[in-house]
Amino acid sequence: MKVLVTVKRVIDYNVKVRVKSDGSDVDLNNVKMAMNPFCEIAVEEAVRLKEAGVASEIVVVSLGPQAAQEQIRTALALGADRGILIQSDANLESLTVAKLLAKVVAEEQPGLVIMGKQAIDSDNNQTGQMLAALTQMPQGTFASEVKVDGDKVQVTREVDGGLQTVELAMPAIVTTDLRLNEPRYASLPNIMKAKRKPLDTKTPEELGVEIKAHTQLLKVAPPAARQAGIKVASVEELVDKLKNEAKVI
Amino acid sequence: MAILIIAEHDNQSLKGATLNAVTAATQLSGDIHLLVAGGDCQAAADQAAAVAGVTKVLLADNAAYEHQLAENVSLLVAELGADYSHIIAPSTTGGKNLMPRVAALLDVVQLSDVMAIESDDTFARPIYAGNAIATVKSLDAIKVITIRTTGFDAAVSEGGSATIETVAAVHDAGISSFIGETMAKSDRPELTAAKVIVSGGRGMGNGENFALLESLADKLGAAVGASRAAVDAGFVPNDMQVGQTGKIVAPDLYIAVGISGAIQHLAGMKDSKVIVAINKDEEAPIFSVADYGLVADLFDAVPELDAKL
Ligand SMILES: Cc1cc2nc3c(=O)[nH]c(=O)nc-3n(C[C@H](O)[C@H](O)[C@H](O)COP(=O)(O)OP(=O)(O)OC[C@H]3O[C@@H](n4cnc5c(N)ncnc54)[C@H](O)[C@@H]3O)c2cc1C
Repeated sequence: MKVLVTVKRVIDYNVKVRVKSDGSDVDLNNVKMAMNPFCEIAVEEAVRLKEAGVASEIVVVSLGPQAAQEQIRTALALGADRGILIQSDANLESLTVAKLLAKVVAEEQPGLVIMGKQAIDSDNNQTGQMLAALTQMPQGTFASEVKVDGDKVQVTREVDGGLQTVELAMPAIVTTDLRLNEPRYASLPNIMKAKRKPLDTKTPEELGVEIKAHTQLLKVAPPAARQAGIKVASVEELVDKLKNEAKVI
Repeated sequence: MAILIIAEHDNQSLKGATLNAVTAATQLSGDIHLLVAGGDCQAAADQAAAVAGVTKVLLADNAAYEHQLAENVSLLVAELGADYSHIIAPSTTGGKNLMPRVAALLDVVQLSDVMAIESDDTFARPIYAGNAIATVKSLDAIKVITIRTTGFDAAVSEGGSATIETVAAVHDAGISSFIGETMAKSDRPELTAAKVIVSGGRGMGNGENFALLESLADKLGAAVGASRAAVDAGFVPNDMQVGQTGKIVAPDLYIAVGISGAIQHLAGMKDSKVIVAINKDEEAPIFSVADYGLVADLFDAVPELDAKL
């Protein structure tokens, strides 16, 4: 079975983003970029499926600028077999990304597509579900466990009240949650080996997908700042403040 | 044109988050219709009809919708939704699972986690873990939206008298099935609806020590939450995680115990009215958002606080 994994190049999760002074967008100049953490979990899950003999080939796809090759190389170093970059400097909205991925799915015919549940930049949490709709595949979102069984996959999902398990006919789409696995680090020899793995580049035009704007970004502002608080010296003072100043207990 | 809200329910009763979605819809122009899609869900539809501000309830009662599998319900919502200007759901795990699928079927994008409505087509939503707020204008004919429940008060759940209309359409994609679920049981209030929350982090050390927080929570009528580190370590279940990728909360009082205050955690709680932090490290970033910070060992401070309440 072939597994398709998607990875997104985003701001490193340790970096606190700043808003540009003209309020037009966030400032990503000279900011450290990395693979979206949920995509790391997706890559790890695919590699484990291959190690378990369930997956035979892992194809990793990214969409974005040329620099997104770095994130594909990282995935290749972690164990993916080959990469595809759909290169575009345009602002790719989730629906466009899903349409482009649907073209790749039609070409590659994977048994399973594993994606991150959300990217930590736009925080949209929607591309996986959209790709599932466009390809008419079932979706196991927010997965904390994935078990492939013949032509079906059982996915345990993190939901608001606890955990839910669904069974999906393959081909299917899985989006990862935090507890699915703990991603490994790439070893130096594997990083070297990854440089020789195949990486194809395509464009949205080649795939026949029009980049259409569905939204217009009017402005970006920093969130309302909180007033600086105080340190209390004792539990007694804390109780007093909560009762008599904040009046919340 | 009217606004369609996808009700969150468990077939018997309407979930509170639906009421926040109704309030969001009242800020748009158009009648408000609530879709209750489920199996044996008449009771939930009756409750939906009583919500103030709702003019019509659409009841789609069929075994195919019993567990609200996105593969089936999205087909129904896309069919019904084509006649609406806005389709709204709360941004719970249910709404997040369903709505992007609906949006793609309608060839529109989804506006995720909307926290404020400026006009019928312009919305504010958090990006980058809430470190920036984007104001976005939708260019699509149908706006598919999930709303952040903390941004909108709950609508009144009684007094309305909407008509209930039965929807005959049955969509069963036949590609997914429900196997089972393990749901947390608790007598405490739900995290996203609680007025007071006591949350524990890695500093709690283990799951047993959460009893200290539970005792405190019971005195305060509070819900108990956690950081990702506490969930990952297996101290407590996943449904307790507060943060960018967990639950977003904004209670009157949030007490963070043994939590450092990573941006991903702050993203989920920094809109709380009053924040208390108890941490033994005076440099912990949680103190930068806390109204009242107590630098102390939690194993001394929490029992003492409990005793003084
Ligand atoms: C993609 C992604 C998504 C994430 N999503 C979330 C999310 O939704 N929610 C979330 O919470 N995190 C999230 N995180 C994780 C986040 O980055 C932090 O790792 C996490 O919040 C840390 O949890 P913590 O504060 O409990 O642990 P730590 O950072 O280890 O802090 C423990 C704190 O406890 C204090 N302490 C220890 N012992 C005591 C004691 N005896 N008395 C008093 N204080 C004590 C320490 O001083 C320290 O400040 C996410 C990370 C990533 C990469």
